[in-house]
Amino acid sequence: MTATTSEPGLRPVQKSRYKRRSKGRGNFEMWSWVFMRGSGVLLLFLVFGHLFVNLMLGQGIHAIDFAFVAGKWSNPFWQVWDMLMLWLAELHGFNGVRTIINDYTEKDSTRWVLKTLLVVSALVVLVLGTLVIFTFDPCVDPGSTLSQCK
Amino acid sequence: MTATVEENTEAKPGAVPTFEVTLRIERYNPEVDDAPHFEDYRVTVHGTDRVLDALHQIKWDQDGSLSFRRSCAHGVCGSDAMRINGKNRLACKTLVKDVNPGKPITVEPIKGLPVEKDLIVDMEPFFQAYRDVMPFLVTTGNEPTRERLQSQEDRERFDDTTKCILCAACTTSCPVFWNDGQYFGPQAIVGAHRFIFDSRDDGAAQRLEILNDKEGVWRCRTTFNCTDACPRGIQVTKAIQEVKRALLTNKF
Ligand code: HEM
Ligand code: SF4
Ligand code: FES
Repeated sequence: MTATTSEPGLRPVQKSRYKRRSKGRGNFEMWSWVFMRGSGVLLLFLVFGHLFVNLMLGQGIHAIDFAFVAGKWSNPFWQVWDMLMLWLAELHGFNGVRTIINDYTEKDSTRWVLKTLLVVSALVVLVLGTLVIFTFDPCVDPGSTLSQCK
Repeated sequence: MTATVEENTEAKPGAVPTFEVTLRIERYNPEVDDAPHFEDYRVTVHGTDRVLDALHQIKWDQDGSLSFRRSCAHGVCGSDAMRINGKNRLACKTLVKDVNPGKPITVEPIKGLPVEKDLIVDMEPFFQAYRDVMPFLVTTGNEPTRERLQSQEDRERFDDTTKCILCAACTTSCPVFWNDGQYFGPQAIVGAHRFIFDSRDDGAAQRLEILNDKEGVWRCRTTFNCTDACPRGIQVTKAIQEVKRALLTNKF
């Protein structure tokens, strides 16, 4: 198989590029594929619901201020909604970028560095975001005039 | 487009009109060139001529060193897939008049496989992917003493993918394959599909497991380049999705 292109006079062809390196069985890529569709469908609902509630209902975009956000996050329903949106979007985006890194990197070292950066950034966003959604206290300022803080 | 063809129709009733066209061909001779480069050739072709005829004219009358593969010249053998005006096609099935002959027609080797010379690429990685999906009948149990019969509906199920001529137009039109050459590629999946959905075959589970690989069907991003490229009109993307679905329904 390898003999065909190494005849004298022909420049050697990088054969190794085509030799499939993967050996793992398992269903990881299948579940990753299913997750992209599943999270995509849920995100459609969550993101457009989010946009509709924030930008269209009531006074629409003019209602958005600190108090509006504080009000939403004092409601467990919106806390769970926003958390789902955060986790699904972050993991979906994470997985999408992982695919793109697998596509475009040629050296194992580059791939490793980019994926490490990706994992770190995803962890930061997930941990920080979840923390904010559930520990957000609109009344940290003792002088707050918000209705929830009276 | 057709206007150019009608130019010298007055010559003889019934005569096929001719016109001049420039072919911009990517040339690469590994013995002298460091990198591929384009060269222009001017030829006079008939309205009925195909790109392959124009290439023949160049090779036979202008520059004998021009190298390309072809065999049947009638869209059967799959030897002459090339990138014509940026699209993968068979030179023998592409009429010159149909590829915008008013401008130079670019002819390049199919992308993503190592170029050996001019329009000739090393097809070995492509054939290896095909071999890897076991493109032969796998059966269990006793050999029947007569033909393995099949109903018309069962034959119909995989009819589309039996039409493949292994030209590689699909695999070398796929951006995922271009990236790293690791992906099995559309053709290998078409080749596997032809047996997975054949009622006489018992090797479906094995083939599905092979294509469940990290470099298998899940790398497909539904770009549809393969379907557009296939000179046999095979619904390549559809076949890939059917294999994905078979894998999913097997696992659930
Ligand atoms: C609004 C609803 C969304 C839907 C329905 C959706 C759907 C999808 C699907 C089905 C894929 C897989 C494509 C393929 O492999 O063929 C995908 C890929 C991707 N998505 Fe989303 N997505 C949505 C939102 C998002 C968001 C919010 C982000 C960013 C955080 C994102 C980032 C990505 C990335 C980076 C990819 C990989 C692209 C690639 O494979 O080249 N998507 N999306
Ligand atoms: S599926 Fe079509 S494009 Fe792909 S190798 Fe077969 S005939 Fe060629
Ligand atoms: S030469 Fe046989 S398919 Fe074109």
